[in-house]
Amino acid sequence: MGKFVLNVNGASVSVDAAPDESLLYVLRDQLQLTGTKYGCGGGQCGACTVLLDGRATRSCLTLVAAAAGAKIVTIEGLEHGGRLSEVQQAFLDEGAFQCGYCTSGMILSATSLLRGKRNPSDDEIVAGMNGNVCRCGTYPRILAAIKRAAQLKAQGAGR
Amino acid sequence: MSARNEFEREFFEGGEWTPPGGWQFDRRDFLRLFGGGIFVGLASGPALAQESGRSFGGHPLPKDVGAWLHIAADGGVKVFTGKVEGGQNIRTSLAQQVAEELRAPFDTIEMVMGDTALTPYDMGTFGSRSTPTMGPQLRTMAAAARQMLIESAAARWGVDEATLVAADGKVTDPKTKRSLSYGEITRGENLVKVVSSDEALTPASDWKIAGTAVPKAHGRDFVTGKHVYPSDVVRPGMLFGAVLRPDGFNAKLKSIDTSAAEKLPGVKVVRDGDFTGAVAADRITAQHAAKAIKANWEVPGQPGNKDLFDVLKSGSGNDGEARPQHVAGSVAQAMDGADIKLEEQYTVQYIAHAPLEPRAAVAEWNGDKLTVWTGTQRPFGVRDELVQAFGIPEENVRVIQPDMGSGYGGKHTGEAALEAARLARAAGKPVKLEWTRREEFTWAYFRPAGVIEIRAGARRDGELVAWEHHNYNSGNAGIGTPYNVANQIIQYHPVESPLRQGSYRSLAAAANHFARESAMDSLAHQAAMDPLEFRIKNLSDPRLIAVFRAAAERFGWGRVKSTSERGFGIAGGTEKGGYVATCAEVAIDPTTRQVRIRRVVQAWESGAIVNPDGLRNQVSGAIVQGIGGALFEQILFADGRIQNAAFAQYRLPRFSDVPQIEVVLLDRKDLPSAGAGETGIVGLAPAVGNAMFAATGVRPRGLPMAPRTAAPGQPEPRLRS
Repeated sequence: MGKFVLNVNGASVSVDAAPDESLLYVLRDQLQLTGTKYGCGGGQCGACTVLLDGRATRSCLTLVAAAAGAKIVTIEGLEHGGRLSEVQQAFLDEGAFQCGYCTSGMILSATSLLRGKRNPSDDEIVAGMNGNVCRCGTYPRILAAIKRAAQLKAQGAGR
Repeated sequence: MSARNEFEREFFEGGEWTPPGGWQFDRRDFLRLFGGGIFVGLASGPALAQESGRSFGGHPLPKDVGAWLHIAADGGVKVFTGKVEGGQNIRTSLAQQVAEELRAPFDTIEMVMGDTALTPYDMGTFGSRSTPTMGPQLRTMAAAARQMLIESAAARWGVDEATLVAADGKVTDPKTKRSLSYGEITRGENLVKVVSSDEALTPASDWKIAGTAVPKAHGRDFVTGKHVYPSDVVRPGMLFGAVLRPDGFNAKLKSIDTSAAEKLPGVKVVRDGDFTGAVAADRITAQHAAKAIKANWEVPGQPGNKDLFDVLKSGSGNDGEARPQHVAGSVAQAMDGADIKLEEQYTVQYIAHAPLEPRAAVAEWNGDKLTVWTGTQRPFGVRDELVQAFGIPEENVRVIQPDMGSGYGGKHTGEAALEAARLARAAGKPVKLEWTRREEFTWAYFRPAGVIEIRAGARRDGELVAWEHHNYNSGNAGIGTPYNVANQIIQYHPVESPLRQGSYRSLAAAANHFARESAMDSLAHQAAMDPLEFRIKNLSDPRLIAVFRAAAERFGWGRVKSTSERGFGIAGGTEKGGYVATCAEVAIDPTTRQVRIRRVVQAWESGAIVNPDGLRNQVSGAIVQGIGGALFEQILFADGRIQNAAFAQYRLPRFSDVPQIEVVLLDRKDLPSAGAGETGIVGLAPAVGNAMFAATGVRPRGLPMAPRTAAPGQPEPRLRS
């Protein structure tokens, strides 16, 4: 076991974890941030996606040691003062989920995508999001939600 | 946590509660548990309804109550049903129907679902039954409750109840303009009523809340990570479990050494018959412990993909005496006289449900009482499994189903619940067990593989004269043809399956429609008829004709001819009260031989639409899920082992596989609402296969039709996806 200091959703937290423990399970089991989901454990579905220094990262493949020192943002950290992020709001507006289990990972991957590309084309969204699986098949709505989020962000920036 | 949990606390820790197996509580219980209010139960038997009203005198209520509803003094409505939510959106659509009949705002309705201690017994959430059966039951209760509220207000004002109006959570006297909210009426009341199913219900043409696109209940919790899925449940003092899995199916344990695992700090190894697992305070230690157990297994030789279809075909020898379930006229005679003849064999491989949330459970013992939180489509079925496994009375077991990360027919069973309960009993503490993806791929069950044989004949003018359909192993659902054929033999041949198999979205209807609608396309081609006109010529069901016409119209069917690089296909059918027609366009790259679905138009009709937005989501999702089984999903297995038990090897539909999708909904307000979660999947595979045929002249006869590599024993696919 080792001690690690993590910066999660703007707060500094100290955790005890085995060095081969993944960030996913430190978040879920120790910090009770259960919005981050296990889907495959192999970085193949995107359900566990979090932001590490703003970039979408598979927390199931990220050792806790590697996450120490980075700014970690989980789905629980996107809402500010009761206000949803543009991506969260857009997913809600578009009803871009069925069971919702993939939604956290989708939202964080989309958040990362929109940081790099303000107004992505359909092809860019598909390329950027292809590592995230929605087994319920709501991809068309998720795509629409990401485009809507881009608009919301543009409107917000213009204000 | 949600209001529901506070409610549970009140409900449970308030005192004794006889769970619904022996559901009888009297007036005192009612007062204690609900603090008064209005309580309406729906008797599932016909003769059980009794008017209790104010004269309810402590008699036990009938035991076989199918659902119940309570209106509290604050006007809040709680509806109790054993159905479960797994993404199909019934938490929302059922609440809409209650709100509609009760004339109450949607957000005053809270659905309490899938909890064996709180909700009435329910067989399970499958077969597209929630909308056609639970919907009318809840509407009936809500209509009865509305009437009670009106009567109560009328008595208070001393007016004729017929002059009062219930709307928007209030009863109003239009003459005096005075009104009472449901909460005001309910306050101080202790009304109990059990109703039967003869209440007059609001026709769909008058719906104001049902029939509209109400957003998903608690939708915000799904974009903030707040929703608690089964795998998210945490209990005080909870340990983590891991289970030792055999080396293969039907394996025998030859020897086991748990000493290394037991030396790990804080680990307890649990052995219980064939079951071996480990618990520890944290997940990774439990997993290390399970890995440290040295076990030798003997795995017997078993069939694999290589001989799968031969095994299924020859395995049907046992039912040689079984009669076909449907025979009409004489197929043999009609085939002799047919101008156009067809005899084709179709195959489907096993596929996995792969719900994104694998099986998970938290089990907690309190003496000989057991509570399990788990993701399942059959909480009462899982309760029965636990009762059997542990030999404890039914009333000692409570199964709670937090809205789960999907199922698609794949979560009927309680494996993780049983394993977690075993571990928890041995550990003396609550235990969480989450299956890994590999475990879910290996130790759950599969959509059945199958062999389907079609023999058919038609006259030169396109009239069908003979139809013979044999399904080996994959199942019965959707096996009957909707087309008019005088001479028919329809037979399902049950077979011992090499792999564990079970329900899957639409059951065998997807496989049977693939075979039938592909064969219909072949016949149309042989008759030199347009595939749509050939179908219409042999149909008389106006609902099926309507969806075919609607899909064709939106798609622009027949306007453009297929080429070798661009093919168009159509298919359709009906099952479980849903009507579907699908048009597909595929693009084929002549050099890479890669096939891509470019556009899908699907028309859907399932009676009166309860929630058009939810319905559209279901129909579109079924198309996307259907793409996997149509083009590339298949379980690879040999010698008792699954060889592609990971998403990297078992390909799922992703963003890049999704075509342009257009869903055309037909709203039949004059017809009862049918379920819509399943049948929307049956049109995609044959429509795509028919489009591939239109482009290439070669008919795909096996699902999946275009995998990257063929399963052993199968020819290399002509096209790849």
